[in-house]
Amino acid sequence: MLTCKDFLHELSDYLDECADAAVRAKLEAHIAECPNCWVIADTTKKTILIYKGMEPYPIPHDVESRLMKALEKRIAAGRT
Amino acid sequence: MTVSSQASADETTLVAQSREGDTAAFGELVRRYEGKIFRLAQHVTQNREDAEDVLQETFMKAYEHLDQFQGNSKFYTWIVRIAVNQALMKLRRRKTDKSVSLDETIDTGEDTMVREIAAWDEDPEQRFSRDELGGILDTAVQSLEPPYRSVFTLRDIDELSTEETAEALGLSVPAVKSRLLRARLQLREKLTRYFKRKGDDAFAYM
Repeated sequence: MLTCKDFLHELSDYLDECADAAVRAKLEAHIAECPNCWVIADTTKKTILIYKGMEPYPIPHDVESRLMKALEKRIAAGRT
Repeated sequence: MTVSSQASADETTLVAQSREGDTAAFGELVRRYEGKIFRLAQHVTQNREDAEDVLQETFMKAYEHLDQFQGNSKFYTWIVRIAVNQALMKLRRRKTDKSVSLDETIDTGEDTMVREIAAWDEDPEQRFSRDELGGILDTAVQSLEPPYRSVFTLRDIDELSTEETAEALGLSVPAVKSRLLRARLQLREKLTRYFKRKGDDAFAYM
């Protein structure tokens, strides 16, 4: 029988869906019976999803204009 | 650099055109990824000035080495590698007199801690405005120690694979995995403060 510690150890692979089928079955059997691990798996999954959906802030104008100036200068000098 | 006609162009085409010397096409590639590269650079270097240097160096190098870009990986993955290398160089230069380095072996063994267990709402982020949510997520990531932060940023924000993250950071795959697990669990814990279902007590299930 899988312990909570074993479950935590495999959590990332489980959430990334790269745990093999046998391990996956054991993990699913464990969370079906362990509310704590179910909550941890569910909230960790939500954590990952929230960050994946996070778009970058628009790049500040001054940073972008310095970037474009630097690139234009580099391009004008020709490719080495 | 004019970009308007390039806005929806396919990436492979843009790369091919850039190689032929089409600066507008290269400009579009820059615009497409500058936000993500700047964010990544800020996450790794933790310093805006360094991040801006990294941003410029990344696209400069990408331009100079376009010929070496193999079409078998994504352009984004390729420039991410350049950006990560540049960012790590900055970090190492800054930290030469300190003990912490990204390559250092750190103990990720038995103390994967879970202190708070509380269920979240179905769509917990709905409770916050876009800006508030951005602030919460940023603060949580910034509070991770650098070895965890860099792995989490590359894997879960910039969506590189475990292998790509390992390669970019010069770590083994198991090291990436154990750091990622720690980072995810720490963030989960930090976010639980904001996202737990109203009325649920911590340890309600214990």
